[in-house]
Amino acid sequence: MIAKLVLENLKHRPMRSLLSVLLIAVPVTLILSLVGLTHGMSEDTQNRQRGVGADVIVRGSTTTSAITFSPASIPEAIIGVIEQQPHVKLALGVINHNVDLPLVVTGVDMARFNQMTGGFTYLEGHGLEADDDILLDRYVAEQKKVHVGSKIKVLNQTWNVAGIIDTGKLARMAVKLNVLQDLDAAHGKVTQIYVKADDPANIPLVVKELQKLLPTYSVETMAELIAAFAPEKTPGVKEFTTVVVVIGVVIGFFVVCLSMYMAVLQRTREIGILKALGADKSFILGIILGEALVMGIGGTLAGIVLSYGAYGLIRALVPTLSMIVVMSWWPIAGLITLLGAALGSLYPGWNAATHDAIEALSYE
Amino acid sequence: MSSPPVIEIHDLRKTYRVGQVDVPALRGVDLTVQSGDFLSIVGPSGSGKSTLFHIIGGLTPPSSGKVRVMDLDLSALTDAGRTRLRRRTVGFVFQKFNLLPNLTARDNIAVARYLGEGNGKPDPQFEEILRLLGIAQRLDHKPNALSGGEQQRIAIARAVVNHPAILLADEPTGNLDTANSKAVLEILRDLNERTGQTILMITHNNEAAAYGHNTVHMRDGQIVERT
Repeated sequence: MIAKLVLENLKHRPMRSLLSVLLIAVPVTLILSLVGLTHGMSEDTQNRQRGVGADVIVRGSTTTSAITFSPASIPEAIIGVIEQQPHVKLALGVINHNVDLPLVVTGVDMARFNQMTGGFTYLEGHGLEADDDILLDRYVAEQKKVHVGSKIKVLNQTWNVAGIIDTGKLARMAVKLNVLQDLDAAHGKVTQIYVKADDPANIPLVVKELQKLLPTYSVETMAELIAAFAPEKTPGVKEFTTVVVVIGVVIGFFVVCLSMYMAVLQRTREIGILKALGADKSFILGIILGEALVMGIGGTLAGIVLSYGAYGLIRALVPTLSMIVVMSWWPIAGLITLLGAALGSLYPGWNAATHDAIEALSYE
Repeated sequence: MSSPPVIEIHDLRKTYRVGQVDVPALRGVDLTVQSGDFLSIVGPSGSGKSTLFHIIGGLTPPSSGKVRVMDLDLSALTDAGRTRLRRRTVGFVFQKFNLLPNLTARDNIAVARYLGEGNGKPDPQFEEILRLLGIAQRLDHKPNALSGGEQQRIAIARAVVNHPAILLADEPTGNLDTANSKAVLEILRDLNERTGQTILMITHNNEAAAYGHNTVHMRDGQIVERT
């Protein structure tokens, strides 16, 4: 019977119900979009690192976490030394330069890169030939609206778009290694060195040897590096997500509190009628809580639908921001919303439940 | 041996606090109502009729005095106890019908049934009452699609669906035209005669009061005459 009253009450004022649901949907959309962005960007980075095909990575001594790039501090000559170690098949040095976050230009030695990764997959054009050639992945090309042969300004230099590559291997933007070294005044230096072992079984041996050889550098397996790109291990993401979740609960709380408070005022006489019929406090509270929870569920569903809209909008406006739909967060966002809705309904619900029946019946 | 009265009131007093002023609404009411009685209560505004109803119906506790309804001492009842009284022992009919506007007539009755008996389905004998009220064809309409007379008949059906010991009707014809007033009063009399329903009815109208077996006259919070 409570369910019937809840549904009929919501249907009786459809505009109030709809607006409340849409307002509750806003924090759900925010939470799902944020989580979609953090997970999408992590997944994209992990895929691109995995796409290199290396087993071990050597990074500069000042590296503190997976997402930090040390300056080009590793002498390029070390690449040759690494290649002479037992069980090392190949080593590839690259130099990275941040452009507009999250975009990074990577300087690569195309011959070694092709050897290690099997080469880029070209959607248009060809590899790096001239010194002003640049390769863009399809998302960067889409965002900057350029094609092969277009001129593009990056790092205050004008580049010729030589090729559009499929995403998933190391870089979104690639130029020749020596060209970027010159621009960064880092002659003979690289940011990191990817190392390929002769056999996956020998990776621990290679790591051990390189740690002994290069005690001041960071040496770790690619599996460790890729795992470190997980959203929960990215500095600040957990805290930022917590803040957005709290904002979600607060918005849900206030929307439901205001909406149900208004509803209780509008329905004072009906509450009096129910009391005259013998409804106790828990019955009245149950109706108010039920309405809040139904609006919370509606808000969650609407928020999920709107998050697809946000996904489409971000894909259209900033293709390089990799956003994915994280379905495992749907129930979490739902629970957050329902918590806010339940808390928000308590005050108006209690207000209704403790109304004096005679006063409520005489309410006009 | 005669059965005990369904309502037994002795020296009932009720004082409301309005701001910082005590306003006496009932000043020592004595009343006895036997099972099956149809009692009309008349009196000017402010004479205490509605307050008497609210106390008998368990909507508010008495300030002092003895009030027994079906062997229940109302002055000793908690809020939860009065809620239980409203579920099964008394039924209300109001001047303004007071149907829940979001629900159909059938669901309005079902809510009362649910609160009284824990399920929304009326018992088979209730079908007979619906026929008596002449509303069987109007049960799937919401209040805004029903005339005043139909709404009041639905309200009566809702009030008696749990077979309460007492039906309290507060100006049941106050918002109705003459024809509908007559129809509602005849329904109340039929209910009383056919089912033995005890009815207390507040009215300003002497013609309406004449439908009762007895009439109680109230003035200034006291019963001044019983005829």
